[in-house]
Amino acid sequence: MTSALDTIIQGILLGGLYALFAAGLSLVFGIMRLVNLAHGDLIVLAAFLILVLVTALGLNPFVAALVAMPLMFAAGWALQYFLLNRTLGADILPPLLVTFGLSIVIQNGLLEGFTADSRRISAGGLESASLALGPVNVGVMPLLTLVSAIAVIIGLNQLFYRTSLGRAFRATSDDPVTAGLMGIRPKRIFATATGIAMVVVTIAALYLGTRANFDPTIGPARLIYAFEAVIIGGLGSLWGTLAGGIVIGIAQTFGAAINPEWQILAGHLAFLLVLLVRPRGLFPRAVD
Amino acid sequence: MALLETTGLTARYGDFQALFGVDIALNQGETIAIIGANGAGKTTLMRSISGVLASEPEAVLFDGEKIGALPAPDIVARGIAMVPEGRKLFASLSVEENLLIGRYGRAVEGHWNLDTVYDLFPILRERRANPGTALSGGQQQMVAIGRALMSNPRVLLCDEISLGLAPVVIRDIYAAFPRIREAGASIVVVEQDIGQALKVADRVYCMMEGRITLTGAPATLTRETIHAAYFGH
Amino acid sequence: MTDTSLTPWKVETRTKASAISAIVAALLVLFAFAAPLFASRSVLQDLFFILTMLVLAQNWNLLAGYAGLVSVGQQAFVGFGAYAMFALVILAGLDPLAAIVLAGIASALLAVPTAFFLFRLQGAYFAIGSWVIAEVVRLALAQWKTLGGGTGTSLPREATRDMPALKFIGDLFGVKSSGAGDILTYWLTLLLAIATIFLVYRLLRSKQGLGLAAVRDNQEAARSVGVDARRMKTLVYLAAAFGTGLCGALIYVQKARISPDAAFSVVDWTAYVIFIVVIGGIGTIEGPIVGVIVFYLLQTLLADYGSWYLLILGLVGIATMLFAPRGLWGLFADRTGIQLFPVRRRLTGGPLSSTRKGGPHG
Ligand SMILES: Nc1ncnc2c1ncn2[C@@H]1O[C@H](COP(=O)(O)OP(=O)(O)O)[C@@H](O)[C@H]1O
Ligand SMILES: [Mg+2]
Repeated sequence: MTSALDTIIQGILLGGLYALFAAGLSLVFGIMRLVNLAHGDLIVLAAFLILVLVTALGLNPFVAALVAMPLMFAAGWALQYFLLNRTLGADILPPLLVTFGLSIVIQNGLLEGFTADSRRISAGGLESASLALGPVNVGVMPLLTLVSAIAVIIGLNQLFYRTSLGRAFRATSDDPVTAGLMGIRPKRIFATATGIAMVVVTIAALYLGTRANFDPTIGPARLIYAFEAVIIGGLGSLWGTLAGGIVIGIAQTFGAAINPEWQILAGHLAFLLVLLVRPRGLFPRAVD
Repeated sequence: MALLETTGLTARYGDFQALFGVDIALNQGETIAIIGANGAGKTTLMRSISGVLASEPEAVLFDGEKIGALPAPDIVARGIAMVPEGRKLFASLSVEENLLIGRYGRAVEGHWNLDTVYDLFPILRERRANPGTALSGGQQQMVAIGRALMSNPRVLLCDEISLGLAPVVIRDIYAAFPRIREAGASIVVVEQDIGQALKVADRVYCMMEGRITLTGAPATLTRETIHAAYFGH
Repeated sequence: MTDTSLTPWKVETRTKASAISAIVAALLVLFAFAAPLFASRSVLQDLFFILTMLVLAQNWNLLAGYAGLVSVGQQAFVGFGAYAMFALVILAGLDPLAAIVLAGIASALLAVPTAFFLFRLQGAYFAIGSWVIAEVVRLALAQWKTLGGGTGTSLPREATRDMPALKFIGDLFGVKSSGAGDILTYWLTLLLAIATIFLVYRLLRSKQGLGLAAVRDNQEAARSVGVDARRMKTLVYLAAAFGTGLCGALIYVQKARISPDAAFSVVDWTAYVIFIVVIGGIGTIEGPIVGVIVFYLLQTLLADYGSWYLLILGLVGIATMLFAPRGLWGLFADRTGIQLFPVRRRLTGGPLSSTRKGGPHG
């Protein structure tokens, strides 16, 4: 009984990580209907950036992530402004193919720079710390991941629904031409959105890199988990995305409990099952 | 010198030319009306002035500055706001948010703010938390006008604000115009309702097939001359 | 739209260039089939590689370029076709030739349930969904212990050595069975490439093909003129699965060794293929042909640079998409007006002038 409970709790915590992977993807899709196939590789890129800051400057990984955030924001802003904005339009091919190309470029650039070796960011002993929550032991890092995911979602929702920038995001998403008449520059709004998504990506990268090994090729798998979380949750709902991440997380931990080789497969099958019974996700938005 | 002036303004959609050298002028404090049949090019003229469509720099002068090639955000920043045809409220924004977005990213000085817009259209204060698109057509039009006013424009462009509205509703909306003028805006109204246009405007331009075919003060225009300018016969 | 007995409009899809190119193509095909007479084994192996990539590219182009179905999961069918072939040879003792054909059919069958899931997703989500499917198939086959599980397995030597076709070719050219194997797989891919191009060409020139173009350009409009977009897309999806699976089986007959990671590699079977189509020119039959040649040259040129090669390929792909979205062939065709496979129809003739182009209204 405790082992089933334990499996569920580990799954929920893992779901927090997947929700972090997914939040940036969801944000960008919500605002500009752009699906960035390089999203997973950008998470890995950010993990390498944090790794470099930790090893070269001897920073604590949390501080390193704070330093990496503005850098990743700038990179995301520039990426959107100079590259991805050019691909937006009625045709879905250009954004897909350009971001797919970007994914390959980032992976191979990282392979050149860092080799294919597995890396890990040391969190100074925090990785092995755990708390006793009633009958189950919970790792501190997984717990921090989930708490961060919830904080990120609250923060993004506040930004989206309570600020002038959030209004501009929604207005631009509704109708970029009329938004222009209001003094909004859609290209900059999109660039800012991608910049913010990259800040979230940096947070995801911190936990990706401290909780497990990573190497330049693991990005696409993270993209897939993120995507599954978004679809399970229902497009456009950040809380739904968290629920989606948790569904994948629980499916994976149960799969792994039966047979370690089934962990990933179980997550994918859960996704397909949801697609079968609830094609619009668990929490579909009324509009759209 | 006119506040806003177009000279030889042309516009095209791909291969299709929609405007053929349009000259209009709007003086400080004035209200002018642009009338013309469907497809005459009125909306295209508004889009060209507001920067949705790019033109030659010198084709549009505002306060002596060449603004023809500027994009829409630069135009509104200079003080020309548009109430677009079909209202174009933002569906994901509440009434109040629609109003607030009218002054996005700028600290604008002037008469108009949330309170004064709500005073102008009191019904909007009651419906401030509703989604903009949940309102009646007339109320939506009020939001669209209020949204444009929030930037405290020196020139207000109104594209067919009476379209699809009942006569009493149209009357209510135009009743707000004197106060908008008092607050300092010069106004361009595009209208298909000729009677309404003649009532509100100091001067009228009539358009046909991308050209200005008639200009004058309402008193100087007869039904026959307007009819000829409208339909070409 | 018009009664042909009254107005002699003629739908013309042939151009002068295409007539010449038909003759050149026939000569080229003859020459290609004769290649084993004078080409070395390594040349044949290179040609085999080029032709398989061409087949994959034509199939992907059919999906993405014509039906608007951007898949990044076609490795599902390469791998599944290959595994089906291995299973049929190893477990059922079939002749590899028969196994290849059955593997194509098996891939098309796999596409039925995957279409059921994928067609619930639109646009970009279809793309990632197709990737999920490929992962699921890979992970599932990695559980199949009789075929080596995660590490994979090899084709037994006797399975290929005892093929009647190889004995025949061996006697004909006086070569050993390994050399005969290269000749056979080369001929088969050549056949497959020609058949693929021919079938894609026929499909695109058919009424359904026109419907497909209409679907790609405007789904609503296509529906209003009675083209069932969903049915067309499903058909194209199944056909591409068949062609891709067949090609996958063929590739792995030649490789003779399989593992889930290699057979379901997104880089080898999808990334390369996408770059070939994009660089050559998406939405044309010529594009993948040009693309595969450029791809081969780049690969030969950059063979020693490891991941730089893929990095450069990615950058070239991005640049092409941004600055020449219709690819190298698009640039060439715009400059010269040449079309080797004219699938866009033109109306010629009519009452006003015999050379006037365009419809009755201009
Ligand atoms: N987006 C567009 N693309 C192509 N043609 C357009 C577009 N918008 C308007 N037109 C054409 O331009 C002409 C002028 O249209 P418009 O300015 O909307 O006229 P009005 O507002 O006077 O009814 C019409 O012939 C119309 O068909
Ligand atoms: Mg109009």
